[in-house]
Amino acid sequence: MLPLTLDQVSFAVNGRTLIERVSVEVGAGPRTIILGPNGAGKSVLMRLCHGLLSPTSGSILWRGTNTGRQRQAMVFQRPVMLRRSALANVTYALKLAAIAPRERELRAQDVLEAVGLSHLAERPARMLSGGEQQRVALARAWALNPEVLFLDEPTANLDPGAVRDIESIIAQIHASGTKIIMTTHNLGQARRLADEILFLYQGRLAERAAVERFFRQPASPEAASFLREEMP
Amino acid sequence: MGEITQAFAVAGAMILGLDPKLVEIVLLSLRVSLTAALIASVIGLPLGAAIAVSRFPGRRALIVVLNALMGLPPVVVGLVVYLLLSRAGPLGELGILFTPSAMVVAQTILIFPIVAALSRQVVEDAWQEYREQLRSLGAGPLASAVTLLQDARFSLVTIVLAGFGRAAAEVGAVIIVGGNIDGVTRVMTTAIALETSKGDLPLALGLGVILISLVLALNAGAYWIKEAAQRRYG
Repeated sequence: MLPLTLDQVSFAVNGRTLIERVSVEVGAGPRTIILGPNGAGKSVLMRLCHGLLSPTSGSILWRGTNTGRQRQAMVFQRPVMLRRSALANVTYALKLAAIAPRERELRAQDVLEAVGLSHLAERPARMLSGGEQQRVALARAWALNPEVLFLDEPTANLDPGAVRDIESIIAQIHASGTKIIMTTHNLGQARRLADEILFLYQGRLAERAAVERFFRQPASPEAASFLREEMP
Repeated sequence: MGEITQAFAVAGAMILGLDPKLVEIVLLSLRVSLTAALIASVIGLPLGAAIAVSRFPGRRALIVVLNALMGLPPVVVGLVVYLLLSRAGPLGELGILFTPSAMVVAQTILIFPIVAALSRQVVEDAWQEYREQLRSLGAGPLASAVTLLQDARFSLVTIVLAGFGRAAAEVGAVIIVGGNIDGVTRVMTTAIALETSKGDLPLALGLGVILISLVLALNAGAYWIKEAAQRRYG
């Protein structure tokens, strides 16, 4: 269903423009990181792409059509765990995706294994640590076998150990052939995970570049000053 | 003073000795109010959840009305149900006035808004937290409502128990539509009202003690269930 094409996409709430005329085409393959300072509109842009918000103007097309709701998943900054076991949280998503009951269980076991949580599968998900909950959320999204996975600051509230776990799982999901589109405001993380950077500043797409180029020689003044401020 | 002390003593003896008359009244009370709580929950919980997850014109007004109905005066409910069920009324043919069924109807009407309004609030709070995740996973309004009811189940138990407590403790509605007929429609609250006015304090006191204990036990139970669930499921 890729490429994902945004054409002159704007989004405003109560007269405040949060996203302003963003046009970009994102294809399969490289990990795309949406980078920018807090309040740049990263999360809003991601929700527009995922379909949780509708653009005020402009269009968002999946391979030229606007019927791309299937085969994409999203992991949020704060994982929302249902009051049931970790395993049941994963099978719940598979049930909504109309997967047959017997396969649900198998797939759920598989992904929990892949994120290293097999031993906690039967634990109530809300009793897990923040990092473990985020891993369940990743497993839940991954189980759907999405073509595109959106991640909205998935490590923002986690300690360094948990961040490493999450980043390595994201790398695995990428390696399994799923397109990764992720927001972060953390330069180190962008450098570790990105193949290409979309730099968002005050709701506008200020720059798009391959990751090495972006960090070595940002083309836009906004990105240059962001890098100067954020680098130690 | 001595009279009251003596009444307490007799009441205690009646409770401990499982006085048949007392037991009969208590059992009828439980039967009527539990049935009313059950019916009110079967209608009220899904309705509350549906209102919580949907958007439609007049929604705010409906919520305001539902919240206001929580404070329905029992005597007014009794009067309205009486008019509906009386022989000349539109439902007079059912012939259930002055039977336990009429009491169930009145109490259901009384507590259904409590169950619906409070569950609407609880489910809507959960909805705020879950909405994006559920939509992302492709859950429509119906699937969302079911999931939210399931996830908020322990708070909903408290609501149902609150509804039951309200039903068991009210007197205005059941006395009008039940008629307080000895052995047929006499429940704890109507018996207390009657026996007090007759001056038979021991039975009234005994029933009063049981009623208060029941309400206490319900609240303790609701609290305990929530606590245990919180510890178990987070």
